[in-house]
Amino acid sequence: MAIEQFIDNEVKGNDVVLFMKGTPQFPQCGFSGQVVQILDYLGVPYKGLNVLESDDLREGIKAYSQWPTIPQLYVKGEFVGGCDIIREMFQAGELQQVMKDKGLPVRDPATA
Amino acid sequence: MRTQDLITEKLTKAFAPESLRVVDESHLHTGHAGHRPSGETHYRVYIVSDSFRGKSRLDRHRMINATLSRELAGGVHALAIHAAAPGEGGG
Repeated sequence: MAIEQFIDNEVKGNDVVLFMKGTPQFPQCGFSGQVVQILDYLGVPYKGLNVLESDDLREGIKAYSQWPTIPQLYVKGEFVGGCDIIREMFQAGELQQVMKDKGLPVRDPATA
Repeated sequence: MRTQDLITEKLTKAFAPESLRVVDESHLHTGHAGHRPSGETHYRVYIVSDSFRGKSRLDRHRMINATLSRELAGGVHALAIHAAAPGEGGG
């Protein structure tokens, strides 16, 4: 299967997908680790794909998203951003809203 | 030309920023994937420009990434971006 097709299937077949360096359990890059922490904090189920396991995947996701860096977060098939954008959105409460708007369960410490 | 100066020059030309700061953070990533002993691998950009007014975060990053595409395809391993329009605060 071509890498583009593989990526497309992953992105469209999972609610939340994080292309990252390392795994959610063992991030191997500080930027990937930051996004993992945010997603874990929100309690959103997600799939982590380790680009360090495949050069095809690493280069393929950059081309697929037209985005030059890792990590990259997809929600419901839509590219949301990299580490800076995810962190800014999280701090502004926008990431939580995006998840809710897309029907994904978010742990909300303010009301829990 | 140092990569830091090259990035500064390209962003200045592209966005006529009200303020711009390019920080070389390569030394913070010693031993980390993508780091080279020669440095010049990890940068953080603080930019305030009217070009970003009305643009989404994704659009702003894409504008900057496109401007620095050659650097990102080459030795620059990481580029942290703080982009704002004048009056938005932060940046």
